Amino acid sequence: MAENLLEVRNLTITPAGAEAPVLHDVSLSLALGERVGLIGESGSGKSLTAQSVMGLLPEELRAQGTVSLQGFAGNILDAKERTLAKMRSDLVSMVFQEPMSALNPLMRIGDQIAEVLRIHGEVARGDIPGRVLDLLTSVHMPDPNSARYAYPHQMSGGQRQRVMLAIALANSPRLLICDEPTTALDVTVQKHMLDLISERVAAVQAGLLFITHDLAVVAGVCDRVIVMYAGRIVETGSVAQIFTDPQHEYTRGLLASSDLDATDAHGKLFTLKTALSYAGPIDEAGPIDEAAPDDEGEQSSAADRPADVREPAPASAGEASTGDGSAPLIDVSGVSKHFRSRGLLLRRRSPVRALDDISFSVASGQRLGIVGESGSGKSTLLNLLSGLDRPTSGHVRVGDIRVESASSSALRSLREDLQIVFQDPFASLDPRMRVEDIVSEPLIARGIARVERLARVEEMLLAVDLDTKAMRRYPHQFSGGQRQRISIARALVTRPQILVADEPVSALDVSVRSQVLNLLTDLVDDYALTLLFVSHDLGVVRHLCSDVIVMKDGHIVESGSTEDIYAHPREEYTRSLIAATPSLAAALASAT
Amino acid sequence: MSGNPSTTSAGDASVDRGRGATLRLNASMIIGAILILLIVVLALVSFVWTPYGPSAVDPAARLQASSPEHPFGTDKFGRDTLTWIMYGARITLMVGIVAVGIAVLIGTPIGIIAAVFAQYPWGAWLSAVIMRANDILLAFPALLLAIVFAAVYQPGTGPAMVAVGIAAIPGFARVARSGTMQVLGSEYVRAAKASNRSAPAIAIVHVLPNIAGMVIVQASVAFAISVLAEAGLSFLGLGTQAPVPSWGRMLQESQQFLSTQPLLALWPGLFIALAVLGFNLLGDGLRDRFDPKMEARGNG
Repeated sequence: MAENLLEVRNLTITPAGAEAPVLHDVSLSLALGERVGLIGESGSGKSLTAQSVMGLLPEELRAQGTVSLQGFAGNILDAKERTLAKMRSDLVSMVFQEPMSALNPLMRIGDQIAEVLRIHGEVARGDIPGRVLDLLTSVHMPDPNSARYAYPHQMSGGQRQRVMLAIALANSPRLLICDEPTTALDVTVQKHMLDLISERVAAVQAGLLFITHDLAVVAGVCDRVIVMYAGRIVETGSVAQIFTDPQHEYTRGLLASSDLDATDAHGKLFTLKTALSYAGPIDEAGPIDEAAPDDEGEQSSAADRPADVREPAPASAGEASTGDGSAPLIDVSGVSKHFRSRGLLLRRRSPVRALDDISFSVASGQRLGIVGESGSGKSTLLNLLSGLDRPTSGHVRVGDIRVESASSSALRSLREDLQIVFQDPFASLDPRMRVEDIVSEPLIARGIARVERLARVEEMLLAVDLDTKAMRRYPHQFSGGQRQRISIARALVTRPQILVADEPVSALDVSVRSQVLNLLTDLVDDYALTLLFVSHDLGVVRHLCSDVIVMKDGHIVESGSTEDIYAHPREEYTRSLIAATPSLAAALASAT
Repeated sequence: MSGNPSTTSAGDASVDRGRGATLRLNASMIIGAILILLIVVLALVSFVWTPYGPSAVDPAARLQASSPEHPFGTDKFGRDTLTWIMYGARITLMVGIVAVGIAVLIGTPIGIIAAVFAQYPWGAWLSAVIMRANDILLAFPALLLAIVFAAVYQPGTGPAMVAVGIAAIPGFARVARSGTMQVLGSEYVRAAKASNRSAPAIAIVHVLPNIAGMVIVQASVAFAISVLAEAGLSFLGLGTQAPVPSWGRMLQESQQFLSTQPLLALWPGLFIALAVLGFNLLGDGLRDRFDPKMEARGNG
């Protein structure tokens, strides 16, 4: 036992007043310098486990068992706050998911790192500035010297997370806990961050406890994986073991649903329920060949759609012109959007070019993916398409409505045909409204009578696999995946022609992600929708879309059919995006 | 639901959080509520029963200390102080309700409208004009406004209530405006706009319920301020007039007997303090309850 860095024995946590524990009899150990991944979906107890190691459990939770750490005498669970504070400063440190809220917005970066060093008191006062610079250099901060004087809001998400890592490593801890450190970051940044964590942890020879819900992420960083489900550890093993020969049903489900390259017999992504037939991650060459016919099938059926009589859209002039398939449904040509940021005392600054000369068109029934990192102008583009904003120059036509010059009544009819599913299911539903009111909102705006409204809401909730009992509940009573279903139901309840999905799965757990993606695929087929799917994740887009646009800094870098772009990216940027997308097969290849 | 174990377990966890939130009462909220309840009960009981009539004069028992007949003592005319405290509670509550009512009903819509206008290019200047007018109003102390009202009309409970209410409008307008701007920036309002809801519908359906918490907190604080303001105005002779019992005026009349009967000043002073303390504590408790940061933490 003594040689293990961290030893958790029979940890059981029960909320005060509740009978059932939220964490059952969890035991795990971590050797010196070992890197362990703790995997599970939200609510599985992985964060609670990490909090007990830090001695940060909320007071209303009662914990039993022992948590011992090399260099710390006694059980962490019973320790007093003062000794715990010392432990956190000397032995363990943590990197949190959201770097913006973990940093003090009113303090310069350098001061925040210096503060940690000062409290620890091992570095002489005079040496602190030099050490701060060293730390910033060690996390590969661009221009570390001036970064010391920057405030958190002046940095990008990835840079802030680098600062968090520098703070966590400032006192050379024996154990580093990372709680979903890359979930809030873009794919390309995520890859750099993961490499950096591996590199630094190896350099200071610390133990690493890496918490995530994404198997593909963990493979590159960790030696060993612990899988948690519903407050219990269900499986432990080396990365290769877990990936190639998962024993527990849940692990297999998680593995299957993380793999966006594999589909079941119906062309659907695997979910926890259908994981039984999943064969495991396939080598690089395999999935492309295998997936191609599938995607082709979808593509052709999508292409057939314009001629389909089933088109449910309300009769309008635009419908007639697009029905014959000659004119695209959406036409964007030469669109630019500039924002003029107002400086202090109305000083004019040069405008921010959120979009610069964008042109593309979408045929009726087409599924277009728009890929890019945050700040690439994706959201601005969506706002223009949905008539929530107007372009600075250029033309946007949706159906027969010219957005740049449309009257407000024309914009209203545009919004009847085009609906949006938003990224964050926790922010896009009004917390004080019942589900039935949320979903029926677009119908109220159309002046549909209450009885019919309720009937259509019920029908729509069933279509997104939600119980009709859900109608009387409030959003906080649902999980992320369920909330996203509610959001989809709201978007489709008016039977729009065009569905715009703004990163609809990036805030969801991997296991729920495939369910929502399958649902979207089904609904797009059933309702003959034209789909615009915005994402920073090429893997998701590749599964869902026939065509793709890659955006960067307000420009279109590359566009074409998804398979083409994926197989033969012409631009360096696209190539780096593809390389950065975590895939199970690639992760496994690098791990073994 | 989907029957998937993962989603249901996560759902259950969030249900628990929700239940915890509704039960989360804190000490300051409970103490505040008890104090306010005490004053409300005093005021209500005074309608059906008081130890003596408010104008029952007993020249033989002037300026008495506490006794079984007069638990709180008597004043210079031999009137029972407990009776007066009970009657005074009515005025105190009425002033609070009317003043806060005026401020909520005028201030909140002003704030919401200013925030909604600020979204449109054509409305930005209008929004600025509204808020600057609000700032000008903020510059007038309630007392000054009440003196003006008393001079123009005549001193009395009515003008005092209206003056205190008007002086509290800017606070509500500011709170409502900042709350509304927060709500309007949220994704669910973007979703509502994308579903073609009109601006008034969004204001009523989304904004009002979501800023209600902040407005309630502000109301309880404003209530405390207006209780104090009424007492102060009555003390100065600008509020409630002679025959009607009021705590502030009781305090003023007790001044000349401070050396002979200090209890006469104690009781109204104590009840004013209790009322103000009660509403302030309730306000603090409600603020903790509605603090958006604490809700956000619950979602983590």
